[in-house]
Formats: sequence, C-alpha cells, structure tokens
Amino acid sequence: MAEVVLHNVSKRFGSDTALDGVSMTVPDGAFVVLLGPTGAGKTTTLRLVSGLEVPDAGKVSIGGRDMAGLTPAQRDVAMVFQQYSLYPHLSVRENLEFPLKSPILRMPQPEIDRKVGEVAEILQISHKLDNKATALSGGEMQRVSIGRALVRNPSVYLMDEPLSSLDAKLRSDLRIELKNIQSHSGATLLYVTHDQIEAMTMATHVGVLDNGRLVQFGTPREIYENPVSIYAASRLGQPRINVLPADAFSGAPDQAAFIGLRPEQILQGNGQECFVERVEHLGDQTRLHLKYRTHDVITVTDAHTELTHGDIIKIQPANPFYFDAAGARIA
Amino acid sequence: MSFSVTEPSARTKWFAGLLVVGYAIVTLIPLLWIIATGFKSPADSIAYPPVVVFEPTLEGYVNLFTDRTRATEGMLEEAGPPTTWYEEIVRERGTVITGPSRYGERFLNSVIIGFGSTALCMLLGTMAAYAFSRFRVPLKDDLLFFILSTRMMPPIAVAIPIFLMFRSLGLNDTHLGMILLYTAVNLSLSVWLLKGFIDEIPIEYEEAALIDGYTRFQAFYKVVLPQAATGIASTAIFCLIFAWNEYAFAVLLTSGNAQTAPPFIPTIIGVAGKDWPAVAAGATIFLVPVMVFTILLRKHLLRGITFGAVRK
Repeated sequence: MAEVVLHNVSKRFGSDTALDGVSMTVPDGAFVVLLGPTGAGKTTTLRLVSGLEVPDAGKVSIGGRDMAGLTPAQRDVAMVFQQYSLYPHLSVRENLEFPLKSPILRMPQPEIDRKVGEVAEILQISHKLDNKATALSGGEMQRVSIGRALVRNPSVYLMDEPLSSLDAKLRSDLRIELKNIQSHSGATLLYVTHDQIEAMTMATHVGVLDNGRLVQFGTPREIYENPVSIYAASRLGQPRINVLPADAFSGAPDQAAFIGLRPEQILQGNGQECFVERVEHLGDQTRLHLKYRTHDVITVTDAHTELTHGDIIKIQPANPFYFDAAGARIA
Repeated sequence: MSFSVTEPSARTKWFAGLLVVGYAIVTLIPLLWIIATGFKSPADSIAYPPVVVFEPTLEGYVNLFTDRTRATEGMLEEAGPPTTWYEEIVRERGTVITGPSRYGERFLNSVIIGFGSTALCMLLGTMAAYAFSRFRVPLKDDLLFFILSTRMMPPIAVAIPIFLMFRSLGLNDTHLGMILLYTAVNLSLSVWLLKGFIDEIPIEYEEAALIDGYTRFQAFYKVVLPQAATGIASTAIFCLIFAWNEYAFAVLLTSGNAQTAPPFIPTIIGVAGKDWPAVAAGATIFLVPVMVFTILLRKHLLRGITFGAVRK
C-alpha cells in the first residue's frame, strides 16, 4: 500500500489539454473518488498513475518512488477498466489467474487457486469460473474484471467507473463490498465515477476535476458543505444545488452574483411566496419543483406532504452559499 | 450495430440453393476432370468424345514418379520378371524403370518454399501490422501506401532486375532466394490484411495485460496473437496459395536445385509422348497440400470473412 502523489502533472492530446497542472496527494490507504463530467480528465489521471500514459510535464510518484520511466508492470498497480477488459480467449478462471501468473509475480499454483476461489466468492461468480469470458452477461464480465484487480495485492487500485454497467441491486452490493475490501486491506484506491452516491458512500476523499484542473480536494462532507465554486457544489447533492441571481433574496454580500441553495438551505414556512409546479413522490422523500418569481427551484419536503400543483408555499434561505460572477465561492 | 433480417421465403431459398449448387458444379468440373484424367490410360485421356466411364489405372502415377526407357530384349532378360505392381504396369508398355523421377524433390521444394515463405511472411507481417496499428510511426500513412504500392505493378515487371540481383547475390536457384522473393511479394498483402484484423482488437486488452504485470512483447504474444488467430490464418492461406501456385518467377529463377512443382509439371509431357495422365497425376497431388491447409483452417477462414460483423 502506498501514497500516490501527483505534482504539477500536465497532459495534452494533440491540441486538447487533458490535464493542466494537477497536484494531488492521495494518502496511504485513502479511497479517493475523482468527480467531473466526461472530458474533465478523470480517466487521464488514472492512466497517468498506471503508466499507460506518460505526463508531458510534472511528476507522479507512488510510495515515495518517482514513477518516471517505469512501465505499468513495474509500478505494481491494478486497474479496472470501464469496458473491454476481459481476455476473450480465456475462461473466467484463466482471466482471474492472469495477473498472478505474470512474470513479475509467478505465484505458485495452490496459492493462485486459493486467491481465485476467495475473490470469486466475494464477487459471486464461483459458479461461472469455467465459462468462457465471452459467455457472461455484462454485469458478470464487470465483476470478473474487478476480480482480476482484487486477486492481486498492488500498491494502488485504479478503477474507472467499474460499477457503471451493473444493475442497481448489484451496484449497491458491490459498493459495500468494495468499501469493505478497501478498509480491511488498507489499500489505496483511486476511483473514477459519475455516480455521486458512490462518491458519498465510499470515498474518504473526493477530487473535483474541471477541464483538466483539480478545483477542489477534500472529504465528501467538505466538498458538500464547503464547496469552492458553483462547479464543485454542483458535483454533489441530489437534487442538485439551486443557483439563483444573488438579488433574488435580500441579504446578499456586495460582490455576490449568485446565491446557491441546497434543499436543506431552503427553509419552508416563512419568507417569499412561491408556486408549487410539480410534486414528485420518491417514497422516502418528496421533491418539490417550485417557481419563485421567474426562477425554478427544486427542493425536498416531507415524504407524506399534502402539497399539490398550484399550492403556494413560503421559503427563505438559511446559511446559503454566495458566489461571485465567475462562480467562485465568496461566502 | 443493429440490423434486421427477414427470413427468405422457401422458394427464394430453393432458388438460391440451386444457384449455389450450379456454381459449385461449374467450378468443380475442371477439378474432377484433372483428378479423373490422372487415373486414365493415355488412350482414354485423349479419347474424343471424352470417356466418363473408364477402367482406372495407376499408370499415370507410376509414370509421374519414375523415369523409364524403352526396353530391349536384352534389358528385359537381364531384369527378369517384374517383382512389383508398378514394374508390371511399366512392362505392359514395353518399358523399364531406370530410376525415380524428380517430381518428389520438386514437390518437396514447393513445400519448403511455399510454407517457408508463408511462415516468414506471417512473422514479419504480424509484427509490422501490430506496429502500424498500435504505435505512432513517423510517416505512417506514407509508409503504408508505399507498402501497398509494391503490390500495384505486376511482379513480372521486375523479373529481369530481380534475376540480375539474385545472380550477383548468389540467390539464383536457391530455396532461400525463392522464400525471400515470395515473402517480399506477399508481405504487402499480409501487412494490410493483418493491420485490419489487429485494428479490430481493442487496445484495452493489451493495456490490461501491461498492468497485470506483462511486458509489451508478452502482451502481444499472450493477448493479441490469440485474438488475431483468425486473421493470421486467413492471411496465411492467401500467402500460401500465391507462393504455391507461382509460376513465372519459378521458371525464371529456378532450374536444377530449387525448382518448384509448377514449372516441373509441364516438362513431364515431353518425356515419352504426350503423357497427359502423368501430368494430371502431378497436378492432383500438387492440389492436396493447399486443400488440406485450407480445410484445416476453414473455421478461421469463415470467421475471418465475417470478422468485423460481430457486436462492438
């Protein structure tokens, strides 16, 4: 297990800047989730750590060792790809054995059998071990490819949206399982996802990437409760944070251009009147789509609310975020 | 990729079947004719109208593998009565066997040169195609076009320069020379075909192998090659068929030592009259290796043809 440090790392593909001066320290044993939309540089970050890409500038080190010039094999990392990662000409068992039989590990066969059996058990694929890799469903394939990373004991696990192709039930099972494996083994894990539930439930740290820049790095709570910008604030929270012009409510500081309101920052009962446009009963909570003057506001309310379309309710901000015209947080 | 297929009607299927069978018969008749001629007597082989039902004989095959001479009384007396079945056949024509013919060694030359050049072509072609498919090669497109352009002129156009070159290098009439020549001619085709196959293999597999602790070459060997097997097999068949059938260069560049079967077979005719059955026998045996090779790899060949039509 090891600490991963990126120091001023940049990477360009042709005229596209994928990463622009990213510095980040992933502490030993941390579960770091990288958040950001497609093209923000999440996958590129993983590939630079793995050694599949070489940075144009900057330094990557793992466990205090500079990784410059080292091949992926020499870096001792395991990676789960988003897709296409099973060797189609091998059986499930051979796929899981593949990293253990590498010239670097050369693990003895009894130990390989034990490891493979153990991981297959965790991922619920024991009954499929002798199938061809191509004879699996999408979810099974993805579990095997997670398994191929788990059979090893690398210094860092890299996972690129490993759960995105699974169904909801399996995803929540594996979320817990991955978190367990990580906290028991003390492995350092760098994880890319679009799914904020994965980020909130598993991460010890979240890195928010925007167009190749790391805009915020901290615990999920920090990012959620203390975002540095509208962009960072929008990455976490469901429903998303409401961003309105600062003058929509009174009390904004001078330089503020926008006010950001998460559902829990909207107090219902007092203040400004707004119109209930739509009520969505989700079971454990109810979402209210409100019209406040010309602005749309989405918030949550009691699961058993009696409100319906056309009702009027009063809302007021409580400890809202304020942002300047460029989107940076000022209060 | 998605597409819909409507089941053709019974009549369409019947008609299509008829068409295919008809085409198969048309293409197979010359083949059957050659095979049949190999088992005919010389008289039957040139009979007009052609005989379809005949008494089969192995005379053609015996003649193919032996050198014979017209026997004098003294020679027959000296040799005594025939002891083997093939001597008996020869004696009926009033000839005796003087020794084995050169067909065997010509055939062996064809095997060495055909399979040797195919193997070399696959080795170089796979590595070159992999490099073109995966690495940033300077002037990649120009190089690929140059490689293809070597295929654009008829090979015989460079026959004289090659002949002169081979003479200075001492490659005339050697196995090595012919293997190099056929490899050079086939390499453009194999690089292009194999690049297409390797392009279809997602690069993620190799990246996964690199991370799983393998070197680039091991990843190529353990992950790319097995998946390219289909492409390699079908490309190998194309290369073998060209090298096996090639006639013009073989006539020009080989004679005593490395001569292949194609230039040798026509020379059988002149030995003792027009010996069509022996020629047909030579042609029939010559067909066998390519047929066996193709049948062995036919599963791959079929998959090679439909490659790229699978789910992405």
